[in-house]
Amino acid sequence: MFGPLWALLSQDLRLAIRHGGESLMPLMFLFSVIILVPLGVGPGPNLLSAIAPGMIWVAALLSSLLALERLFRPDFEDGSLEQWWLGHLPVYGLVVVRLFSHWLITGLPIILFAPIAAEMLFLHPDALGTLMISLMLGTPILSLVGGLAAALTLSTNRGSVLLSILVFPLIVPVLVFATGAVSVAAEGISPQTHLGLLAAMLVLALTLVPLAVASALRLNIE
Amino acid sequence: MFDDISLRLDAGRLLLILGPNGSGKTTLLRCLAGVIRPIKGELTCAERRAFLGHRTGLKAALSCRENLGFIQSFHGRSRVRPDQALARVGLAGFGLRLASTLSAGQTRRLGLASLLVSERRIWLLDEPYASLDDEGGALVDTLIVDHLEGGGTVALSTHQRMPDIGAEPIRLHLCANRPENH
Repeated sequence: MFGPLWALLSQDLRLAIRHGGESLMPLMFLFSVIILVPLGVGPGPNLLSAIAPGMIWVAALLSSLLALERLFRPDFEDGSLEQWWLGHLPVYGLVVVRLFSHWLITGLPIILFAPIAAEMLFLHPDALGTLMISLMLGTPILSLVGGLAAALTLSTNRGSVLLSILVFPLIVPVLVFATGAVSVAAEGISPQTHLGLLAAMLVLALTLVPLAVASALRLNIE
Repeated sequence: MFDDISLRLDAGRLLLILGPNGSGKTTLLRCLAGVIRPIKGELTCAERRAFLGHRTGLKAALSCRENLGFIQSFHGRSRVRPDQALARVGLAGFGLRLASTLSAGQTRRLGLASLLVSERRIWLLDEPYASLDDEGGALVDTLIVDHLEGGGTVALSTHQRMPDIGAEPIRLHLCANRPENH
């Protein structure tokens, strides 16, 4: 039953390792932004710690867009996407696995390296825990919503521009509540409300988006 | 593309789809595979199908053995191991070669090996003879004959070479598709 899901996950990860440099791009991008910001706005700790939540989150959001173009396109072009409809499992499960592997490759490294980024931008130490939780709740939403946009723009040639236009409006609430949570935590206020709303968005995206992605993919291969 | 097709394909039979370019051979096969839903009408099929098209669904960055291993666990395990399948299609010793280093004909052969490792009774082959040499064409014929004898069913489209098998296939001729005037 879970054989095909496991097969797809291990193939995705194996391909990610084999494309090494390309898979590290989102993380490299995040750190380029974090390193360049103090050079641009000045190295003052007060200013940096005020903009740190927003900067880290905007960098995470933009870096998650980088890998979206290649989320379904290689499979679409080499014909293996069609094979998804010939397997034993509903495509829903395969979509969930593909989005999960995308999150493992782009989202998880960002969460793991977030403490370093926070230190570089003088984020208030009390807010670090909230930053980590907001990233854990938020980066899967980025993968899910991005996956929907990638599936919708699959048969358009070079859909990158269209893809970003589709993603941004949908992702604004995530950005607002995630940076809000980190900012209020830095001021010593409980970020529970913000994180609760973020968690609700994650549950909503997790249940509905894979269905939408599966039908969008079907539209594109027919 | 086409309409009013009604046919029944039993186990052990070969369906030959013939017709000029653009007549809908690939579309019909993808429809039989269940990838495209017919606009009208229905398709009744109890078995899972294997579809091998122009694009073979193989990953260039993976080795031949890794590709076949994936297909085996993705489409259900057959008794044929990847190395046996490679030997069967004339790619013995290519297990560790990356699929990107294969020639066009060898890639087609690897595609045929992927049919062998996935346990499917129904094969849908779109232009299986494309870019294969005479020996490769004969290999396709042998694989089809063996599959039919084992109780399998094959539907294939071709416009070059006719399959050379003992039994008489069911032939389906599609007409050239005339663009409609709008």
